[in-house]
Amino acid sequence: MRRTQRWLNLGIYHVFIILFGVLMVYPVLWMVFSSFKENTEIFGTASLIPRHFKLDAYVRGWQGVGGVPFGFFFRNSFYYVILATIGTVFSSAVVAYGFARIKFFAKNFWFVCMLLTMMLPYQVVMIPQFILFFKLGWVNSFLPLIVPMFCGQPFFVFLMIQFIRGLPVELDESAKIDGCGRFRIFSKIIFPLISPAIITTTIFQFYWRWDDFLGPLLYLNKPRLYTVSLALRMFADPATATDWGGMFAMGTLSLVPIFIIFISFQRYLVEGISTTGLKG
Amino acid sequence: MGFLQNNRFRALLASDNVTGYLFIGPFVLGFLAFTLIPVLASIYFSFSRYDLLSPPVFDGLRNFIAMFSDENFWKSLTVTLHYAFVSVPLRLVFALFVAMLFNRKSKLVGCYRTIYYLPSIIGGSIAVSVMWRRLFMADGAVNSALALIGIKSDTSWIGNPKTAIWTLIILAAWQFGSSMLIFLAGLKQIPGSLYEAAEIDGANAFQKFFKITIPHLTPVIFFNLVMQLINGFTVFTQAFVISGGSGDPMNSTLVYALYLYRKAFEFYDMGYGCAMAWVLVLILAVFTALIFKSSSLWVYYETKED
Repeated sequence: MRRTQRWLNLGIYHVFIILFGVLMVYPVLWMVFSSFKENTEIFGTASLIPRHFKLDAYVRGWQGVGGVPFGFFFRNSFYYVILATIGTVFSSAVVAYGFARIKFFAKNFWFVCMLLTMMLPYQVVMIPQFILFFKLGWVNSFLPLIVPMFCGQPFFVFLMIQFIRGLPVELDESAKIDGCGRFRIFSKIIFPLISPAIITTTIFQFYWRWDDFLGPLLYLNKPRLYTVSLALRMFADPATATDWGGMFAMGTLSLVPIFIIFISFQRYLVEGISTTGLKG
Repeated sequence: MGFLQNNRFRALLASDNVTGYLFIGPFVLGFLAFTLIPVLASIYFSFSRYDLLSPPVFDGLRNFIAMFSDENFWKSLTVTLHYAFVSVPLRLVFALFVAMLFNRKSKLVGCYRTIYYLPSIIGGSIAVSVMWRRLFMADGAVNSALALIGIKSDTSWIGNPKTAIWTLIILAAWQFGSSMLIFLAGLKQIPGSLYEAAEIDGANAFQKFFKITIPHLTPVIFFNLVMQLINGFTVFTQAFVISGGSGDPMNSTLVYALYLYRKAFEFYDMGYGCAMAWVLVLILAVFTALIFKSSSLWVYYETKED
């Protein structure tokens, strides 16, 4: 009797979770399946499976918007995201090592500056930064989006500091006795040892940059420079008739890189979030 | 002589003060160029009239005074408060509920967790915002789904000033994944022996939840609350995309960050935008301070037991 009761409870538990889970992913599935539907079939139906499986939307979507093929947007996005991510990872690791292992004049002052930067809402620096880059003539280039990423991102610096502090100081000391300088200690010993933090940073920075909308919206005003996120928004411009099928097709494609990262690094992502409290 | 200098130079290079600054150099440069100078400039601009084309003109408190009589400013503030105060608790309650469901060891649970986390990982993307806009249109899938369960509706959820903000709130609640994972990590810290002891004492599920789970989770709830509130107050992209960049219908989705953006980059009123940014900082500071102050009343730290 107790046993059947337990099995029943377990069954209810799994059925409930699966039903709720379907509800959770339904909107995403709806978009993905809609991209294979004919335009007339997308609306007025909540059903997922297309009556006729068509790839037309992908062909139309790939032709792009405003006379710019969609391949351009992907190339732009990859260019910006990869450079920004590389910049973030290396500069943050270098800065983190400095804060975690070296004693220097006014260290605490700079550390507090970093914490304050982390807490400052972007809206405060958004306007003066724009003016600065405007005066420098950097608007309509990727420079305003990439250059600051080479200055260490406080959030990731913080994450890496925590990690480096977990490594025994004896490592540094014995390397020093063997004649290693700070730079060798960092590049040969510390950097490889903090690979979990490096991976977390890479993944999160990649997908935050990929999704970034406000930055490109501010600095990229020529369609040829648009990233995928800006291009998708242009698809949905209320001023023109929207090709929903094409937009869903390209929307689905835009999720592919994030999805690949998500699937391959799922373990790191989940751990990264629960230990560091990253937003998502 | 040259050799000596070289040696001294080397010693200087190897000193902790120099190497330290070499390592944190990128941050120092970036901080000065992209944070400190912009912050100082922003303070000055907030007291100025500045359209980007002609030099800024000092204007005293005019921007701040103008805010008081700016209907759209108040509208954007109310919309944001409404959004943050509804979406944050909703998101946290969902997150906690689901985290409780997943707090058991099983291969299947790992798989479920991944599925539930998926909307949050892709949720910030434009594709999702654009899709969300489509879902809540008059002929969108939400109305079709409602029709299936017998609720007939042919109004556009995003076109109706009363419901438009709710599409944003639901979108935020849907992405409870990161809070859920933080709750899950918190739940795993609670020693199982506490629950066993409570069971022996005859505690029911509700008592266990309110007497053990919630008190132990308060530090995590506190953390999530502060983080999500700040996120809620600065929401931009979703509102921008779902309203087509306007904050419509009737400014019902004109969140604070969106109005600030429009003022600065559509009306080129940089001074007003900066002033709004500082008011936002003030509002966030007040709310964060309130949460921190109140935390001594409701946040339970284990070290206090000793």
